[in-house]
Amino acid sequence: MKALILVGGFGTRLRPLTLTMPKPLVEFANRPMILHQIEALVRAGVTDIVLAVNYRPEIMSDFISKYEKELGVRITFSVETEPLGTAGPLALAKDILGKDDSPFFVLNSDVTCEFPFAAMIAFHKAHGAEGTLLVTKVEEPSKYGVVVQYPQQSTIERFVEKPKEFVSNRINAGLYLFSPAILRRIKPTPTSIEKEIFPKMALERQIHAMDLPGFWMDVGQPKDYLTGTGLFLTALAKSLAAPGPNIVGHVLIHPTATVSPLAKLGPSVVIGAGVTVGPGARLARTVVLDGASIKAHAWLRDTIVGWNASVGRWARLEGVTVLGEDVHVAEEVFLNGAKVLPHKSVGASIPEPTIVM
Amino acid sequence: MIARCVGVVGDGVTRSTTPQPPLKGVILVGGPSTGTRFRPLSMDLPKPLFPIAGRPMIHHHAAALAALAGMREILLMGFYEERIFDRFLDDLRNEFPQIAFRYLREYRALGTGGGLQHFSSELLRGNPAHLFVMNADIASSFPLREMLVDHQARSALATVLGIETDRSEARQFGCLVVDPETAAVKHFVEKPETFISNVISCGVYLFNPPIFDVMSEAIAARRATLQDELALDAEDVQASQQDERVNLEVDVLSRLTATGQLFAHVCVPQIDFWMQIKTPTSTIPANRQYLQYFREHAPRKLSRTEAELISPVYVHPSATVHPTARIGPNVSIGPRCTIGKGVRVRDAILLDQVDVKNDAAVLSAVVGWEGKIGAWCRVEGAPAESNQANEHATHKGMKIPTATILGKNVTLANEIAVRNCIVMPHKEIKTSCHNEILM
Repeated sequence: MKALILVGGFGTRLRPLTLTMPKPLVEFANRPMILHQIEALVRAGVTDIVLAVNYRPEIMSDFISKYEKELGVRITFSVETEPLGTAGPLALAKDILGKDDSPFFVLNSDVTCEFPFAAMIAFHKAHGAEGTLLVTKVEEPSKYGVVVQYPQQSTIERFVEKPKEFVSNRINAGLYLFSPAILRRIKPTPTSIEKEIFPKMALERQIHAMDLPGFWMDVGQPKDYLTGTGLFLTALAKSLAAPGPNIVGHVLIHPTATVSPLAKLGPSVVIGAGVTVGPGARLARTVVLDGASIKAHAWLRDTIVGWNASVGRWARLEGVTVLGEDVHVAEEVFLNGAKVLPHKSVGASIPEPTIVM
Repeated sequence: MIARCVGVVGDGVTRSTTPQPPLKGVILVGGPSTGTRFRPLSMDLPKPLFPIAGRPMIHHHAAALAALAGMREILLMGFYEERIFDRFLDDLRNEFPQIAFRYLREYRALGTGGGLQHFSSELLRGNPAHLFVMNADIASSFPLREMLVDHQARSALATVLGIETDRSEARQFGCLVVDPETAAVKHFVEKPETFISNVISCGVYLFNPPIFDVMSEAIAARRATLQDELALDAEDVQASQQDERVNLEVDVLSRLTATGQLFAHVCVPQIDFWMQIKTPTSTIPANRQYLQYFREHAPRKLSRTEAELISPVYVHPSATVHPTARIGPNVSIGPRCTIGKGVRVRDAILLDQVDVKNDAAVLSAVVGWEGKIGAWCRVEGAPAESNQANEHATHKGMKIPTATILGKNVTLANEIAVRNCIVMPHKEIKTSCHNEILM
C-alpha cells in the first residue's frame, strides 16, 4: 500500500521551534512528529510513502534514509514548486499513488491521534466507494467545517463550513483513504481537497465517514501542541513514568534525562533526551526538548523549552511560552506567553505575551 | 563615620568625655487618621511601629537620638490611643536605661506646631538646651551629631536637616534656599509650584527653647488670619479649634527665615541617606537603605544564617530558614517566620509568623503578619530594578519601585503568581493576579 503525507511549508505556526528544525522533525512525545505517522502506516502494511513538501527537503534526507532502512519502507519527496493546496500534491504524486489498484492514505502531517489505519482499510473495502474520511467529534462544531451524513449511514451527504445552527458535531480529522479512481478528479494545480473535491464526491455518494475513536488534535501551533501532548500521553499512559510523590498524572521522561528526585513533574510533561531538571523544579503541561536544562526551583507551566535551552533558578514560565533552540533564561525571571527566537538570552521579565527577536 | 553608628550606644566610644548640655527628642507620630496612604499595612499596626530592617520604623529615630551624649528624654507625640506605644516604650527603656521615654497624647489633632506648643511645659521641664523634633515617616542615617555641632557653632535658634534632591522632584517637598556661606535659610516654601531650590527639608529639626515664643506668635497670627479670611468672630474660631492647628513647617519655619534665625545642616551626599515612608511600597527601599547602611556602619544589626545569604539581610533569631533557601540582598525576616526549602527572597520584608513553603519566590514585596505563601508561588513587585533605579531611591527620596503588598493573614495557594498587587488583610488568593488591588 501507499500513502501521501501533506507536510507543506515551513511550519510558521510552530515558530520559533521551526526556525531551527523542519516541522516534521520537531519531537512530539520524544519522537519526531512525522515518525508517529510513518510508523503507524508501516504497521498497517504501507510500503511506499510520499512526503509532499514545498521547500527544499535536503535537510531531512539523512533522517529519512535512516528510517527507510530501519522500517523497511520507501520514502520519496514530492516537491511542489508552488504551493498546491491539499489536493494538488495528489496529482503531482500520481505515478506512485496510481501505480496499482490498492487504495492509498492521505494524511495531514500536523494531526495526532491513535491512527486506526487497519480499521480504515476494512471500512473502506466494506463500503466500496472512492473515499474514506475520518471524522472526530468536537464540543463546539460551529468553529469548524462539519460533516453531515445521511441518517443511519456512513455516506457523507454534505459539508457545512462553520455552521450557525447545529447540524453535526463531526469534523474532518484530516486523515483519508482513497481508491486510485480519485486521481482522475485532481489536476496538479492549487486545489483544496476539502472545498473543491469532497463536495463533488459527496454529491456522487463516493465518500464515507468513519468515526475516529479516541483523541484527536491538530498540533500545528504551540498551544495545541501542548494540549495534544497531554492527550497523547493519556492514551500512552501505560508506558509512562510511574506516579509517585513527585510525578503527577502522565509524564514521559527520556531514559537519558537526569531528573532530580526533588523536582515535581506533571501532569502532561515530556522530558527529552539528555535533559537535566534540578531539585525543587516544578513542571506541568510542559515539553522540554533534547539537551535543555531546567535549573533548581524553576516553575514551568504551558511551556515548550527548545533544544539545548536553559531556564535559571526560580524563573517562572507560563502562558504558552516557547523558547527556541539555545535560548537562555536568567534566574528569577518571569515570562508569560513569551516566544523567544533561537540563541537569545532573556535577562528581564516579560509579563505580557511578546516575541523576543 | 564610626561615631555616627545609628543606635550603637553604651560602648563608651561614641560618648564624649566633656559634659554635654541636656538634650531632648520629640518624634511626631501622628495618629490613626494620618496613616491612610500606608494601607493596608496600617490596618493592623500603627504606621510608626511598622518594622523596617527588623525594628519598628521609629526605633531608628529613637536609637539615633539615644546615641547623642546629653540625651535625657525622648518623647513620642501624637494622637494614637494611650496604650498603643506601651510595649514599644518598655522595650526602649530596657535598651536605653539612662534615658526617659514617654508618650504625649494629643486629644485632638493640633498640627505639628500646635502640638509642640500645647506640651511646651512638658518639653521644657528639666531645662534642655536643645530639642530635636523629627517626623516619624522617614528613613534616614540621621546625622544628628553633625547637626548639633553645626547648630552650636552657629548659635542658631533653629536648624533644619536638609538634603539635596533631584531638581525635578524637589517640588514635592519643603524647599530650602540656603546661603552657601552662612548656611542660613533665606527662604522656605512647602511644596512650591515652581522650582525654588534642590535642597529639601528632611523633617528633622533642632530647636532652642525660645522657639516656643515664635510658635506663640505664629498661633496668634494664624488666629488673626482665620478671623479675617473666614469672617468669623473670635468665639467661632475658638470653637472650630482651628487656631491651634499650626503647621511647623509652613507657619513657624517660614517665620524664622525672615529673622535669619533658621539654619540648615545639609546631608553629605553618598554617605547620608534620607527618604519618606508614605506608602507601603516605600517600605521596600527604606528597608534596603537601612540594611545597606547597617552593613557599612553597624554590621552586628544584620544576620548570618545557614541559608545561602546575600548581605545585607536581617533575620529575627526566632525565624527558621531552611539551609537551601536563598535570602537577600535587602531582606528583613520577622519573628517566628518559617522559610521552606529552596525558597528565594530578595528586596522584601516578611513580618511576624510568615510561612513560605518550598521553592516559592518573594521578590520586591511585603508579606504581612501570619501570611502563608504556597509552594512554588511567586510574589513579586515591578520588573527587576536596575542599578539606576536603586540610585534613584537612594538620593531622591520619593522615587520608589512598586511592590506587592500582602496585608495581615493573607493566604496564597500553591503555584500562583501575585504580581504588583495590594491585598487587603485576611484574604485567601487561589489564582494568579497582576496589577490589582484585592479587597
